[in-house]
Amino acid sequence: MLSPLHKQLLNNYQQDFPLTATPYLTIAEQLGVSEAEVLSAFQNLSQQNYISRIGPVIAPNSIGASALVAMAIPEADLQRVADLISAYPNVNHNYERENRFNLWFVLMADDAAQLETLISEIEQQTGYSAMLLPMLADYYINLGFELNLND
Amino acid sequence: MIDDLDYQLLAAVQQGLPIVARPYLKIAEQLGLDEQQVIERLARLKKLALIKRWGVVVKHRQLGYRANAMIVIKVPMSLIDSIAAKICQHSFVNLCYQRPQQGERWPYNLYCMIHGKDRDTVLQQWNQLQQACELSQYRSEILFSRRCFKQRGAIYHPKP
Repeated sequence: MLSPLHKQLLNNYQQDFPLTATPYLTIAEQLGVSEAEVLSAFQNLSQQNYISRIGPVIAPNSIGASALVAMAIPEADLQRVADLISAYPNVNHNYERENRFNLWFVLMADDAAQLETLISEIEQQTGYSAMLLPMLADYYINLGFELNLND
Repeated sequence: MIDDLDYQLLAAVQQGLPIVARPYLKIAEQLGLDEQQVIERLARLKKLALIKRWGVVVKHRQLGYRANAMIVIKVPMSLIDSIAAKICQHSFVNLCYQRPQQGERWPYNLYCMIHGKDRDTVLQQWNQLQQACELSQYRSEILFSRRCFKQRGAIYHPKP
């Protein structure tokens, strides 16, 4: 169960986690609780797997090159291809989606040339072609993920 | 503008800030910096917008947001920026990107994501978005996620 403190920690500190020597104390003072309570609540959220980390979200393509990739794979072969792709350390967010293009993942590389090399390798290894969909513009300014945790 | 130490710092903090009273001191000790330098460098990287946001990264699936839809729309290039701006005004939209069209097999150029608690809610929100942004006239598809094979935050490695 999420306490009111858990909910505040989840919703209010996605964009500007305090950059102070004692950030958990800073949060405690903002919320009118003790530092120990904040530390234990964050430990709790982390153990229960509600947060993946407290850290940076790096602007896409500001370091290296990345692209969304889509592939159309016959259902019977999907698990095999998905496993091959997940095994790449350069791959994250590998999802099945309801579409003829049913496999979607994000591929990261040092630069555009390495991205092309990796795509060719994946195509050769899996036997299917891939659509490379790099981001051309990021319109989303309102950052973070607004959780409705009232119900 | 960005030096090797910045890359090393980013690599270190990507694992997550320790949940201890002086977390930046801990990171500083790993890198042979002092605590204040770590804080100042992170603040600078954030100001430069290399760090898009600095804070709690939630796991929306675990928090009950299990219906995850990617919506793709084919809009005229001359209108894409203004349509995207309207889409972004809706708080249930989580991301909005332009990506290159792939001819007839995949003619879409505007992508947005809605993470919702259930499928019906997301479909209602998509309906609302179509009306508010006059999207019904354009070709579009909604792709709900089914299996998640791998999910991990972006990992950047320090440059050699």
